Amino acid sequence: MSQPPLLSVEDLSVEFRTRSGTVRALEAISFAIARGETVGVVGESGSGKSVTAYTVMRLLDDAARITSGRIMFGGLDMLGADAGTLAELRGRELSMIFQNPRASLNPIRRVGQQIADVLLRHANVGAKEAGERAVALLAEVGIPEPSRRAKAYPFELSGGMCQRIGIAIALACRPALLIADEPTTGLDVTTQATIMDLVSELGRARGMATMLITHDLGLATERCDRVVVMHAGHVVEDAPTAALFAAPRHPYTARLFAATPRPGLALSEISTIPGGLPDLRRDDLPPCRFSTRCDRRRDACDAPPLPRVTHQGRLVACHNPL
Amino acid sequence: MPQPAVSAPVLDARDVCKRYPVGGGGLFARGPVPLLHAVDRISLTVGAGETVGLVGESGCGKTTLTRMLARLIDTTEGSILFGGDDLATVPAARFAGHPARAAIQMVFQDAEGSINPRFTAFDAIAAPLRRLNGLSGAPLRARVERAAEQCGLPLTLLGRYPHQLSGGQKARVGIARAVATEPKLLILDEPTSALDVSVQVVILELLAELKSRLGMSYLFVSHDLNVVRLICDRVLVMYLGRIVEEGPAEAVFRAPAHPYTRALVDSVAVPGQIREGPRLRLSGDPKSPIDPDQNACRFHGRCPRGQDVCGSVAPPEVTPGTGRRAFCHLPLMEHA
Ligand SMILES: Nc1ncnc2c1ncn2[C@@H]1O[C@H](COP(=O)(O)OP(=O)(O)OP(=O)(O)O)[C@@H](O)[C@H]1O
Ligand SMILES: Nc1ncnc2c1ncn2[C@@H]1O[C@H](COP(=O)(O)OP(=O)(O)OP(=O)(O)O)[C@@H](O)[C@H]1O
Ligand SMILES: [Mg+2]
Ligand SMILES: [Mg+2]
Repeated sequence: MSQPPLLSVEDLSVEFRTRSGTVRALEAISFAIARGETVGVVGESGSGKSVTAYTVMRLLDDAARITSGRIMFGGLDMLGADAGTLAELRGRELSMIFQNPRASLNPIRRVGQQIADVLLRHANVGAKEAGERAVALLAEVGIPEPSRRAKAYPFELSGGMCQRIGIAIALACRPALLIADEPTTGLDVTTQATIMDLVSELGRARGMATMLITHDLGLATERCDRVVVMHAGHVVEDAPTAALFAAPRHPYTARLFAATPRPGLALSEISTIPGGLPDLRRDDLPPCRFSTRCDRRRDACDAPPLPRVTHQGRLVACHNPL
Repeated sequence: MPQPAVSAPVLDARDVCKRYPVGGGGLFARGPVPLLHAVDRISLTVGAGETVGLVGESGCGKTTLTRMLARLIDTTEGSILFGGDDLATVPAARFAGHPARAAIQMVFQDAEGSINPRFTAFDAIAAPLRRLNGLSGAPLRARVERAAEQCGLPLTLLGRYPHQLSGGQKARVGIARAVATEPKLLILDEPTSALDVSVQVVILELLAELKSRLGMSYLFVSHDLNVVRLICDRVLVMYLGRIVEEGPAEAVFRAPAHPYTRALVDSVAVPGQIREGPRLRLSGDPKSPIDPDQNACRFHGRCPRGQDVCGSVAPPEVTPGTGRRAFCHLPLMEHA
């Protein structure tokens, strides 16, 4: 890649202070996303996917501390940027679909108005045009009878409809980077396809890049150019999608795939991943946070640092990869 | 459909309807207020120890149906027989004091909105145990910790507030809270959509274990057809407020009879597998749920097989196989 990536995250670490200790939510993670590229982020619940998204958006709560790293977005140093610059950027160049759609909407404002608000703030249009574009956006995300639904309040809509309102808001200003945190989990497969077609189309036609956080490995297979695998606050693997699924190299990735239901498999044939997420408050976390659960563990795994080896465009953070 | 007469169903809902008045008429509008038919004459049973899946397009009425069955909202019409009582006659506002209350639990689609933000994970799980089972002190703690463990929720997270938990951690709090009381019927609305696959397996195994140990019954709403196929005995397919197909899950997914079911099954993505050939797309606008024409198939207009008759005559019931039924003029009956 000769051009610098649209987004680059380097050596990023984030901690949360809680009453019972410091949660080391992210430790030295790095990845990049190019223009027009769709990068999947997968990994165990609690592994830091949403925290990564919030950090890039600079929306972390007050208990969070960024202890190391750099985030560059289109040439801008995101961690150094002031509040005004960030507010201008968010919603226009950089937008996010939140994991919890209903909670991210204003419960007492009509949904069409909420979409129009974003356009009024960022897109330099008048009220009438904003209203019309809001209805068009509702149609784009597959909401039937969009002009009637524009007048609904969130409580009058189903879970998946609220999710699509969030998507319409995020796409309203045609961002350069879309961060989508589980954007289609509440959607049936046919509606999901409509949404992802729209995202792909924006990627093709306008070079929009997408960071797609998902638990749905089928979706990742179909829609992502590359997949970043996270575990307990580390990026453990980062590889082109086809190569990753054909032959996962990190033991956690392999375990993750083996735990995925697919047609023809019975519940007893699906293997679980032994153990759980380590307690991220501990001071003595091993360099590899998967080692206690890993069947390929060797003595070397306990010695820092965690290797982060890139070979032929694939990163694997493991002493004993497959 | 003749039910196997082995045991009476745990839940027997008949012709359940929910209609919402919608605006648009205005103050001086003539005629009746338009009604949105969120759930339109749905009948379903859940047998003892049975897992029934409920699938269908976003907005087709799944959550509305489950909230009526759990008696959180009132029905417009219909009966809900549970343990010998017609629960539909009990107003939702008074259901909290009803004896059946402890026997039906629900896992909500919106985990975040269903947990009190001022409750720690422990308190959230403990609340129904205190209220419905009268537990307190050490037995309460033990029971909460067991439920958390069963759901793969690390005990170290029990002291945290919802905003300090990840999406999947919150979802597990919601599941732990519902299974802790060991209800007879558990209604799960998209319980695994926020969970990564490794946690998902833990939950699915827990459900299987509770089912075999306690004979628990489930109504399982999910968009993940791979999961529904995996754990459900029977599946109901909804489209715009109505059931369009039902039957044994494996048979329905292997050879769908209703064109809508076919479209759903065709859209399933399999991890690590790139789809061969073009993907089937539903085109055309869905019909409006407002005052729908009772003499037409709801899927007409989007159905790849649709013909004129579908727009003017309500679809007949057909029997694609044992224990199955579908409502369609032109069902796919090849492999039946
Ligand atoms: N405000 C906070 N205070 C303390 N810990 C937090 C806070 N926010 C997040 N965490 C912890 O940080 C870790 C990463 O959380 P994050 O929400 O990024 O997970 P995730 O990968 O998005 O998981 P999921 O798939 O369940 O949504 C989790 O273990 C979580 O409990
Ligand atoms: N309080 C309400 N007032 C008016 N309409 C409502 C209300 N609640 C739900 N609806 C409508 O009822 C229909 C069914 O909604 P419901 O939430 O049951 O769908 P769902 O099948 O659960 O969808 P999803 O998969 O997106 O969660 C939708 O058209 C919705 O807009
Ligand atoms: Mg998350
Ligand atoms: Mg719903």
